[in-house]
Parts: sequence; C-alpha cells; structure tokens
Amino acid sequence: MDKILTILKDNPRLTNAQIAAMVGQTEEAVGEAIADYERRGIICGYKTVIDWEKVELTEKVTAIIELKVTPRRDTGFEKIAEEIMAFDEVESVSLMSGGYDFSVGVTGHTFKEVALFVAKRLAPIQSVISTQTTFILKRYKQAGIILSPAQADERGADIL
Amino acid sequence: MNYDALLNVTARDIPPSGIRRFFDIAAEMDDVISLSVGEPDFQTPWHVRDVAIDSLQKGHTGYSPNRGFTALCREICDYYERKFHLSYDYRTDVVVTVGGSEAIDLAVRALVNPGDEVLVPQPSFVCYAPIAALTGAKVVPIVTRRENEFRLTADALREKITDRTKLLILPYPNNPTGAVMRREHLEEIAAVLRDTDIMVLADEIYSELTYNGTPHVSIASIDGMKERTVVVNGFSKSYAMTGWRLGYALGPAPVIAVMTKIHQYAIMCAPTTSQYAAIDALHSGDGDIAAMRDEYDLRRRLIVNGFRELGLDCFEPEGAFYIFPSIARTGMTSEAFCQKLLETKHVAVVPGNAFGDCGEGFIRVSYAYSTHHIEEALRRIRLFLKEEGLI
Repeated sequence: MDKILTILKDNPRLTNAQIAAMVGQTEEAVGEAIADYERRGIICGYKTVIDWEKVELTEKVTAIIELKVTPRRDTGFEKIAEEIMAFDEVESVSLMSGGYDFSVGVTGHTFKEVALFVAKRLAPIQSVISTQTTFILKRYKQAGIILSPAQADERGADIL
Repeated sequence: MNYDALLNVTARDIPPSGIRRFFDIAAEMDDVISLSVGEPDFQTPWHVRDVAIDSLQKGHTGYSPNRGFTALCREICDYYERKFHLSYDYRTDVVVTVGGSEAIDLAVRALVNPGDEVLVPQPSFVCYAPIAALTGAKVVPIVTRRENEFRLTADALREKITDRTKLLILPYPNNPTGAVMRREHLEEIAAVLRDTDIMVLADEIYSELTYNGTPHVSIASIDGMKERTVVVNGFSKSYAMTGWRLGYALGPAPVIAVMTKIHQYAIMCAPTTSQYAAIDALHSGDGDIAAMRDEYDLRRRLIVNGFRELGLDCFEPEGAFYIFPSIARTGMTSEAFCQKLLETKHVAVVPGNAFGDCGEGFIRVSYAYSTHHIEEALRRIRLFLKEEGLI
C-alpha cells in the first residue's frame, strides 16, 4: 500500500510537512498526492472517532438495521441504496451476503427517534420487504480504535 | 545486622541507576507522555504466540537441553547464515539464553579474569560495565562522538588498548544513539584487532532494526574476526518478544562450551515455552520484522524532523529505535533538562549521561510509540522550549 495512505489511515492529523519527512518527499509532492487521492475518490473523507458516552449532555443512539429488499429489475440494489443513504440519519449502508441484503447504521437522540425513523422512512421505501432493528448498547472498538477504558502502557519504564 | 559489611563489596558498590527517580516521579503522574521506554510497542506476532500456546496445550512444560532445543539451535544458525552470511555449527557454536542480557553476562564471565581490561564504547546500554566489574575486570570506557556519528573509530580503539585488554564490547546498532557500524567502519576495527588476542563481544540485539537500506553487518563476517568474536542476539527487539526472555550467543566452540557450562549451573535452560515460540519466529517471522521495521522507519523520520524543527541538533540515527538529540544549546545539563521537562510538561525522556559520562548534553528519546503519541510529545516539548525562551 502507498505509504501516505498507510500513514493517513492511522493518523489524519499529521501535517503535510510531517508526512513529507516520514516518506522522504517534498511537502508539495505530498500535498499533490493527497489531493489526487481525494479527486479520485480513494480518500473519501476524514472523520474523528468520538466516544460520545464520555461527553456530558450528549445522548446518541445507534442501531443497525437489517433490511431485506427485492432488487429492482433494471437497477438491482443500486437505486435502493441511493434512496437509503440520502437520509442524514443514515451513517452507513452496506450490501451484505447471507440472510439479509442491506446493513444500515442509523443514529438518533433516542431509541424512539431511531425506531420511528425506521418505521416512517426506511420501511416504506419501495422494494423493502422487512426490517429488523438492533441497537448498539456499548462500543468497545471502532475504526480500529479501542474506545474505553484507555489502555495503560504496561511497558517497564525502568528498563533502559 | 550490618548488611553493608556483609554484602559482596563489588556488587554493593555498583552505582544504582541514576534515572530511577525520574521514573518514580513519572509514575505519580496520570497524564505523562513517555518517550523513555526501550522496548517495542508492538505485540508478539500471533502465529508465534499460537505456537507457544500449542506447546503448553500439548504439555511441553519440562526443561530443554541446557544449550537449548536442537531445532532452535539449527534455526538460529540458519538465520545467521541467511541474514549475515555466517556459518556456525548448531551442535557446538550456539547457546540459547535468558534474553540477550544473559548471553552478555555469560560471555564476559567466560572470558574475563580479574584485572583484565574490558573496553566499553559509550554512550551505550547500561549493563556492560556492571557485569564486567563483577568479574573483577577494569572497565575502560571509549568515548564515541557526535562528529563521528557515535561510531567507534580505529584511532579511539587503538588509544585504549593495553597488554591487559581482554575484551571489546561492540554494541551496534547502538542504544541509545541509534548509530550503526557499516562494513567499512568494521573493517577498520578489524584491522586493529586482527593481530591481537583481544576478543569482541558483538551485541547485535538491534540487528534487524536498521534503516536507509543498509542491512546490519556483523563484525564476525569480516575476515579473521569470526574466531575472535562472540555474537549476542535475541528475540526481544526484532520480534517484539521482550517478555519472553530469550536470546542467544554464537561463537567459537571452546568459548561457547564454557558459557554453556556457566549457563547450566546458574540457569539450567532458557524457558521452554519461549524456545518453541522462537523456533516459529525464526522460521516464519521475516515478514513481521519487515512490517515493524517499516513502521519504525516512518516514526524515526517524523521524530528526527520534529526535533530538528525545534532547533535541537539531532544526527540521523540509522538503527535501533532511539534518537539522541543534543540539548547543549539549552544551557541545561541532561538531568536538569529531563527533570524540568517532566515536572512542567509531563514528558519523560532519558538523560544521555545515564549511558556514560560522555552522554552529557544529550537525551535519549525512544520512538517505539505511535505517531499520535510522538506528536503530542513534540507539541509539549515545543511549549517547554518556548516557555524557557529557547525558541
């Protein structure tokens, strides 16, 4: 894999100058390479992994919705996916193998809000046969990052 | 009882670690950012762990032969042949030890008589002088310098050789400086030693961690040097196996035989579970080594660049996972710098003089940490230097 992508995958906060030092290129070359990845849709965005449970006064509920659908004659699953992902409440949409077709991540402020969103917005979509909603109770690891508790460095500090 | 009078005088008088108190202070802080640790932040590759677990499940919980399992001795010799073009006889030229540390201890004890002189290039790892002192040897430090990129030079070596010189410690790639000795530098050292009876203890524990495309060269592979060299290596740094405590020594059969004898009486054998794991590490671990080395290299470049931007002179280290920047321009001693940085910014690094008097004016900074961790440390150090009016 390209070194720049490997670096950004783990730490998108490094500056172009820092990345340039790490890969032995100029800052300009790194800037251009990243812009090119963005243009080509290889880098699709930058997000921060936040453990909302540790932030006071923010309540956030996420559910995974298993959707069964009937693929459409001409467009298959694509148009259905487009309809689903148009909602702001939808965080992720993936086509699955196995017992159902789409896995849809939905966030809201309360269980009820999410449940109503599924009932009012997702279920009525043409081609949707059934929905099954399961709520996330606790996140342990997300995007490769262990959320809680912070892991202590066990390495023996008195060893030289 | 007056224990002071009871204790072995040499052991009693070995100076205690001068940096202990730093770690005590650091241990009290809950937001300390440490760049002080000398071990990988990676974990042992899963396939290696699996082999160890499997050996336990099968009930392989007894002793091994004193010198180590034959299968492991074979793998070690294959590895040195494959990587460093050195042929050792797995039946007579290798002993498996409890970490590289025991191998160093064995080699010194097997070779050195009271009154012999042991040459120790410094700055270097802290164990050589105390171990040599315990044999009654005279420890002779050789100062290595920033302007020589902390390499041992032929001139510096020649200057310290007397008719009592028994052993030269050759600790490269070097902890704490990150210096390496390339073939041409080793040739110079070999030229000095070739017509003497001086033995070399080559501590090659960081041999897999070299950068800039220059693989480690063992001094034993230089003409005429194999017969006068004991090579020490191990699994801690290259395979992220520090806690397994497994290392080894390779050398001339008569020396290894005496080392094995001491090992047999003092230790019996290296941990069996670790030996099983090590067989797999040597056999199937080349890819893991390469992946870890690539990651260290990115961090190395990040942190060297970071310190240079802070205006702290830092020669480019080509081995191990440390940088050794000069803090001379701050006007502080190494200890004062480290103490103040720890107290005000909660960043722990190690004063250079912990690795020999000539390390004064430097600090050792480990990059066995994530880029997030390194960035945060650099941010705090920048703040520290600003508040000190140094940038």
